[in-house]
Amino acid sequence: MPSAETMEENWVGHIRRIHHDKDEAAFAELFRHFAPRVKAFLIRSGADAALAEECTQDVMATLWRKAHMFDPSRASVATWIYTIARNRRIDVLRRQRRPEPEDLPWGPEHEPDQADVIAMQQEAERLGQAIAELPQKQRDLLARAFYGELSHSEIAAETGLPLGTIKSRIRLALDRLRHAMG
Amino acid sequence: MTATMGTIRHHLTDETLLAYSAGTLPEAFALVAASHLSLCDECRARLGAFEAVGGATLTSVGTAEMGDASLERTLAMIRGTPGDPDPAPRRSAGTLPIPLSDYVGGDVDAIRWRPVGGGVRQMVLKTGDEATARLLYIPAGEAVPEHTHGGMELTMVLSGAFSDEVDRFGPGDVETADPTIQHQPIAEPGAPCICLAATDSRLRFRSWIPRLLGPIIGI
Ligand SMILES: [Zn+2]
Repeated sequence: MPSAETMEENWVGHIRRIHHDKDEAAFAELFRHFAPRVKAFLIRSGADAALAEECTQDVMATLWRKAHMFDPSRASVATWIYTIARNRRIDVLRRQRRPEPEDLPWGPEHEPDQADVIAMQQEAERLGQAIAELPQKQRDLLARAFYGELSHSEIAAETGLPLGTIKSRIRLALDRLRHAMG
Repeated sequence: MTATMGTIRHHLTDETLLAYSAGTLPEAFALVAASHLSLCDECRARLGAFEAVGGATLTSVGTAEMGDASLERTLAMIRGTPGDPDPAPRRSAGTLPIPLSDYVGGDVDAIRWRPVGGGVRQMVLKTGDEATARLLYIPAGEAVPEHTHGGMELTMVLSGAFSDEVDRFGPGDVETADPTIQHQPIAEPGAPCICLAATDSRLRFRSWIPRLLGPIIGI
């Protein structure tokens, strides 16, 4: 069983293969791993099984169409898929628009720094471990917050997770991007 | 005067960013968050960290079996479809950040102001009804009527500046006020202050506007 770190490295490679080669085998592997998780997420957020299945297919199709927009120096593959699934949930289940910040475009001309990509993969793994080590009660609370079971006023920021380094990593990547964009 | 990176002193709170990353923030508040995030890389990076928790949660909590034909069906959806074109960069050239000008239908000159008394003007934006978003125009040196609120209030300065009992707020700054705060923002002399405010229940004005008028003018 490969470690989470090499798994994430692996998934970044899959997205790249989808982007560059329209690689259906890479897509199928990503689908088998992530689609059941996205579906569980949507069911827990209040969708029935049929709606969750349909939305999951949309989410995975979006991943195919937007593969060139994924920036592995700013997010892990799981995080990127989470944001796509979350936005779909807001559209379909909450029936609201989601105002999005202005874009920071990331095309092939701004190929992310490989060291940044690896650092982000390591941070994502460290965060996963830290969450796995949380007491059950706190882990449940986190899951409920991100699965949409808590209202915005019930959500309290968690402390003790290694978020500071992830934030600094993303900040660094943004600074570089701003610099590259002039 | 518009906000520039590095001049922002008042940021989104952890609670607001966490709720935005979880997708549970009412649309009106999400509009304030997206507007601030457009100007603030510091908060954008903090948001990325919270979203990483969402991603880790997705990985660690449960699976639900997909139907037998789901992969084939999805492949049929995508097969032969080109990737989405790179989105035209959504970068504002005006005073309003893009997420906000999307709701206004243009920049500052497209705002349809309505007077609410004392020279103060507002435009209520169309959002989901869990909370209300409005643009406020406060003439230089004038005050927004003193008010308390039943719920949370997020106010972001778009141009000009205001001060209240808490601090001074300039372009890009966000004030987060909970129900216990009673405050009276006053626009700085020299230029009018334009801000975006989201409230999750009716503002309750304590003076200036007769209580009965409140429901009629939509405050
Ligand atoms: Zn900020």
